[in-house]
Amino acid sequence: MESAQRRFDSGDLPALRRIVCEQGPLSRPDGSVSWMQGDTSVLAGVYGPTEVKVSKEIYDKATLEVLLRPKVGLPGVYEKSREQMIKKTCEAVILGNLHPRSSITVVLQVITDAGSLLSSCLNATCMGLVDAGLPMSSLFCGVTCALDADGNILLDPTMKQEKDAPAVLTFAIDSIEKKILLSNLKGACSEEQLQQCIATAQRAAETIFRFYRDAACRKYSKW
Amino acid sequence: MTATVAAAFRTVEPLEYYRRFLKENCRPDGRDLGEFRTTTINIGSITTADGSALVKLGNTTVICGIKAEFAAPTVDSSNKGYIIPNVDLPPLCSSRFRPGPPGEEAQAASQFIADVIENSQVVMKEDLCIIDGKIVWVLYCDIICLDYDGNLLDACMCAFLAALKNVLLPVVTINAETGLAEVNLKEKNPLTIKKQPVATSFVLFDTLVVVDPTAEEEDLASGTLTIVTDEEDKLCSVHKPGGSTVTEAKLQDCISRAKTRHKEVKKLMDKIIKSV
Repeated sequence: MESAQRRFDSGDLPALRRIVCEQGPLSRPDGSVSWMQGDTSVLAGVYGPTEVKVSKEIYDKATLEVLLRPKVGLPGVYEKSREQMIKKTCEAVILGNLHPRSSITVVLQVITDAGSLLSSCLNATCMGLVDAGLPMSSLFCGVTCALDADGNILLDPTMKQEKDAPAVLTFAIDSIEKKILLSNLKGACSEEQLQQCIATAQRAAETIFRFYRDAACRKYSKW
Repeated sequence: MTATVAAAFRTVEPLEYYRRFLKENCRPDGRDLGEFRTTTINIGSITTADGSALVKLGNTTVICGIKAEFAAPTVDSSNKGYIIPNVDLPPLCSSRFRPGPPGEEAQAASQFIADVIENSQVVMKEDLCIIDGKIVWVLYCDIICLDYDGNLLDACMCAFLAALKNVLLPVVTINAETGLAEVNLKEKNPLTIKKQPVATSFVLFDTLVVVDPTAEEEDLASGTLTIVTDEEDKLCSVHKPGGSTVTEAKLQDCISRAKTRHKEVKKLMDKIIKSV
């Protein structure tokens, strides 16, 4: 099913799949993004800052909510745990104190899952927040690495590569210090492999941040 | 007099209160930053379950009961059984939980345990097969928190592993005439535990990492990090669900701490199992 996927040339690194990002495809949300990483596609809508339910109101910062909708069926425990991870990542970078007693909602709809879904969701979320113009202390991006049986690192794996890999690692990396915001491991790996993957992810993150910048520039530049 | 002033300071400026302690490399409860609370494990606490354990980590109390039942396997993996973990956070354990369907934290904890089972291959799913394509064992692992004082994941993992070691499955034979399964309750075998995953949780305060947080520390901290290692020092989970950033060097320190914790827990568990 998966098409022969063109990959981003990122120098000496194993390459990322091709990224396509459309900003503002939806009219109702304050920010929306359609993010494609290879064949994986996620649609993000961001609402906020808007009114908040009194029960969820926080007196000194904005209430953040992340909803992850799977391609088919209702969200389950798996989606809930992913939602929580994305939410906590956003909380670390959004300057919530600037919007006390208000709510920020991120809705993510999975359109196609062809591998590296969590990192695609993270990227879509970040671009969505940028598109909504919410103040943030830094940007973040998600990078997935798969370790194959020989211990080689594969960036941005496809679904098949993920299934065959003994370990799949996902990181969220911030744009200022390139530190780790989120880490998730599926499978088992050694310490050295973890450190290697972090280093690879940090370098791949630069490519993604450059893409963010280019995408934002294209949107706001006028002829 | 000073005690009341300190108590007032703690109420009004909890974060500042903690920072004063952290600056001196200690915590209000007297532990240093890398020290765990006293861990106690009790195995076989529930006689009606097929395996059970009660774990206390300071005040945090978690009980795990494992019930084995028959089930039909799925078509694509006909020789594999199931392990279904479920973490319950009843209103009994803390005022922060309301009655009703499981909340976000309980769901995230259940998913975490399920991920660790999958990642570490603690029990080979094939070992749970009774007859290929017909019947397999399903292990329902109910983990209930009785007292919530932080570091839920470590306590849950510990209780789960201890309960799993306590499981005795009866021998099942198939009656050739009737074709029905017959359970021989007199003859029971323990499970083969392939790996022993042990979790170690940290919280991040500014640039410091603090091990085994209490509920109060979890609330004040800016992020959490849980590392699961097995006896071969392989990482089975590096779970950092957002929160403030951490450097590679800090992560390395945490992994080293997790390894020593693994040895401590393993020693304790071996001692308890021998004594039973």
